[in-house]
Amino acid sequence: MSDFPWLLAMIAVPAIGAAVVAALPRERALLAKQVALGVSLVVLLLAVLTTLAFDAGGPRFQLTTSVPWIPDFGSDFALGVDGIALVMVLLVGVLVPLVVAASWHEADGGHRPVRVFFAWLLLLEAMMVGVFVATDVLVFYVFFEAMLVPMYFLIGSFGGPRRQYAAVKFFVYSLVGGLVMLASVIGLYVVSAAVLGEGTFAFDTLTRLDIDPDVQRLLFLGFFIAFAIKAPLVPFHTWLPDSGAEAPVGGAVLLVGVLDKVGTFGFLRYCLPLFPDASRFYAPFVLVLAVVGILYAALLAMGQSDMKRLVSYTSISHFGFIALGIFAFTTEAGTGAVLYMVNHGLATGLLFLVVGMLIARGGSRRIADYGGVAAKAPLLAGAFLVAGLASLALPGTNSFVSEFLVLIGSFPERPVFTVLATLGIILAALYVLLMYQRTMHGPARGVLLQEDPAEPLPAGGGGATATATRTAPHRSLRVADLGRRELAVVAPLVALILVLGFYPQPLIDLIEPAVVATLDDMGASGGTD
Amino acid sequence: MIEAPDISWGALSPLLLVFGAACAGILVEAFVPRSVRHPVQVGLALVGTLGALAATVLLAGAREVTAVGALAVDGAALFLQATIAGLGALSLLLFAERSLDPARSAFVVSAAVPAGSPRDRELATVPRVQTEVYPLATFAIGGMMLFVAANDLLVMFVALEVLSLPLYLISGMARRRRLLSQEAAVKYFLLGAFASAFFLYGLALVYGAAGSVRLSEVREAVGTDGGGVLLVLGLALLVVGLLFKASVAPFHTWTPDVYQGAPTAVTAFMAACTKVAAFGAILRLLYVAFGTAEWTWRPLVYAAAIVSMVVGAVLGLTQTDLKRMLAYSSVAHAGFLLTGVIGLGAAGTGSGLAATMFYLLAYGITTLGAFAVLTLVRDGDGEASHLSQWAGLGARSPITAAVMTLFLLALAGIPLTAGFTGKFAVFRAAIEQGAWPLAVVALLASAVAAFFYLRVVVLMYFSEPVADGPTVGVPGVPTTLVLAVTAAATLALGVVPGAVLDLAGRAAIFVG
Repeated sequence: MSDFPWLLAMIAVPAIGAAVVAALPRERALLAKQVALGVSLVVLLLAVLTTLAFDAGGPRFQLTTSVPWIPDFGSDFALGVDGIALVMVLLVGVLVPLVVAASWHEADGGHRPVRVFFAWLLLLEAMMVGVFVATDVLVFYVFFEAMLVPMYFLIGSFGGPRRQYAAVKFFVYSLVGGLVMLASVIGLYVVSAAVLGEGTFAFDTLTRLDIDPDVQRLLFLGFFIAFAIKAPLVPFHTWLPDSGAEAPVGGAVLLVGVLDKVGTFGFLRYCLPLFPDASRFYAPFVLVLAVVGILYAALLAMGQSDMKRLVSYTSISHFGFIALGIFAFTTEAGTGAVLYMVNHGLATGLLFLVVGMLIARGGSRRIADYGGVAAKAPLLAGAFLVAGLASLALPGTNSFVSEFLVLIGSFPERPVFTVLATLGIILAALYVLLMYQRTMHGPARGVLLQEDPAEPLPAGGGGATATATRTAPHRSLRVADLGRRELAVVAPLVALILVLGFYPQPLIDLIEPAVVATLDDMGASGGTD
Repeated sequence: MIEAPDISWGALSPLLLVFGAACAGILVEAFVPRSVRHPVQVGLALVGTLGALAATVLLAGAREVTAVGALAVDGAALFLQATIAGLGALSLLLFAERSLDPARSAFVVSAAVPAGSPRDRELATVPRVQTEVYPLATFAIGGMMLFVAANDLLVMFVALEVLSLPLYLISGMARRRRLLSQEAAVKYFLLGAFASAFFLYGLALVYGAAGSVRLSEVREAVGTDGGGVLLVLGLALLVVGLLFKASVAPFHTWTPDVYQGAPTAVTAFMAACTKVAAFGAILRLLYVAFGTAEWTWRPLVYAAAIVSMVVGAVLGLTQTDLKRMLAYSSVAHAGFLLTGVIGLGAAGTGSGLAATMFYLLAYGITTLGAFAVLTLVRDGDGEASHLSQWAGLGARSPITAAVMTLFLLALAGIPLTAGFTGKFAVFRAAIEQGAWPLAVVALLASAVAAFFYLRVVVLMYFSEPVADGPTVGVPGVPTTLVLAVTAAATLALGVVPGAVLDLAGRAAIFVG
């Protein structure tokens, strides 16, 4: 079973699926959706089977395949997974089919062909898998950069009113980061050529390289800036609220749930083992950024009137926790950070999806246009509550475990930063509960009062501004509860959030050895300064 | 009695084929009836260029200096000759396109008629076809191929003129927007003549210092008398002449005007082939003749690279015409290429030569393809090259927009396209030689340049179509072939570049 190229298949299947969907005739929109759903379910199956084929107690990188790619650059198309990459691939496998189902009507009615949306989605899936399973730095870089293209088109073609601005901002920010990283990638190659006589991009070889600390500090910065833009850490974060708000809901889920995790994944996989001295040197600086991000983004989240922007800001706050866990250099904190990456993908994914469902009903992204929705749509409100509570890391939800691990893991090493970060939990409760309370409870407001399309909007409140953002087709919609398709999207995520809240051990068993190996690579296992 | 020099005819076969085809083309012009002249000329030019391409492949591995040391047939010369012949053949196919323009050809029959005169307006619609462009372009291709093999400054100068003169002429032959085209031709000629004069003056000074125009003998003179004022001054003037042809800032001022005014097929030809030829000559001059005096040219090239990248990227942002935008893109790419030139190590080591050659091939293919797409999008007044006219093209003509997007992403250097592989190669070469500040500038310039390529993508896909927008012509066989080849090569050189990189690496040899 382990001879089967699982990882290659998980890249090839969605890539071929994307080509098939793109080649379908324009009028077969339904078929395009069905193929996309089928392909993404096959990838989920492959991801599950890969997990079964993976031996948690075995060597670090498993299921490896390698074919020479560009011999002149010393680069092989080398794939392999450790526990960290594996859980990220699982997250991709779980989220994409749900996103496909949630986006069933996303591209309908627009003048852009429906199949294009789903083709980009599948291509994005192929690249997201590729970026996690690459064990060759150049292959990683290629996926890292190429991943921008599908996301750029998803935002730009299918996004909200300011999609052009958001798409270009997203692309330019990411590209600048990517190019700075390219300088470091080439620099790493040149250093390896100087040490070994022949340049290489093989991750395993590079981690054993003894690089001069001064050179490390320069190279580290290239990687770090790219990942900090991707993750994003304050002050590199300003693109995310725009992209998150303007992207179609499915795109936003993958953007925040997976794409941004490549940044934190990169910290752990590349920054720490490749540049251990530099990582220690810059750690206090990174931790400052992380803690500032936790608090600052949480405060900004509270001030948002746009639900999608609010959720985007909460993510920036959460990325601060992940960065804290990674740069604390302890096994517990590192394991917690990786678990946080998965849990955040599930919780924020659900939050984005539910917010998207609410927006699809009301046609407005403004919190002020909603109120008392729970009375009309109890299931929607329930899912919203679960997502929100998971986001604020209530015990019993999955995020509690990871946040707790990060905090207890970081405390012995970095007590001050940890204590400050803890304040973020209080703020999280505020921004989540305020949004929930305003939209779901209280007297019916905004959209709910507007049952007859002929009637003018009620004066006061968000009514006046609501007209601007509300699009015509939704005007007459009553707020209905979740339909069957929507329930099928929400239920698995709610289940995963609760199950992982009570029984996270299987994931921790996968993650922990890989974190230990990573910290071993940097000679900091158990946590030294 | 003068003894005939010893000439290795086999090694010269690529050149002989192209020049033979060009001379035969002139005879065709005189003797073949008008009705069949066009197919005969196109066929002849293609036979010449493709024959030359085949000949360079057969010659692969040859390393010799022939014709009394005037020509070097080595790996680098053959690789660049093959690149020029291949890109030249593709350009000729673009010249031969007859289904796009309602008057069946993109070239005016009589270029000397004053623009705007009644006769000129009449000529815009006559169905007669201009066939002189084919021998002219073939001569230019021959000159370029000679340029990259010239082992002697005098031969280099002759080649420079042979490639330039036909280009001046065919720049002025656009059927539409005659005034712009004539302006382009005159501007190109005047500035080009200046550049030639610089080159010639430099040649004279170097001859004065070294006592020879042979590159190998110049090298010896440089070795013994490295710091001579005459040599350094001569080198500077020679390089200025060549940088002009390569449209490197600050010698680029002709580029936007000429690229805009010339017929688009000719612009494609110039952007792709002239760049290869000019850089071929720069590489040979700097590496062979002045390889031991790096300290003299390195600062010059370093500065020109930075200026070119910054000027190209920043001014490219302000352009509203696609042809002008691609012209500034060409200036920026010239800067990236110079980054590769810097990547030559002290003793001829380093991957700079191979990287620059690969970049030339990748850039030539991509830019040729981008200009080929430009010929498709038309309105009543010829090609619609204003940016605003491209709004919403993705909705109206998805395939054209998709192909253009591929080329733009490649020019921006996004991974999995030829542009990325090329950038990676030249930046690696520069960083290996410790020129990492230059590489960092280059990366920042890439980011700026990416913005203007992206703007076109945004317009094509994310903007609503304009009401009376241009139509997208259905290309005939030649243009379709060009688009298919360039698009496939752009992807292939990005996804599986191993074989070509390896070839460039093995071809990276200068004799002399």
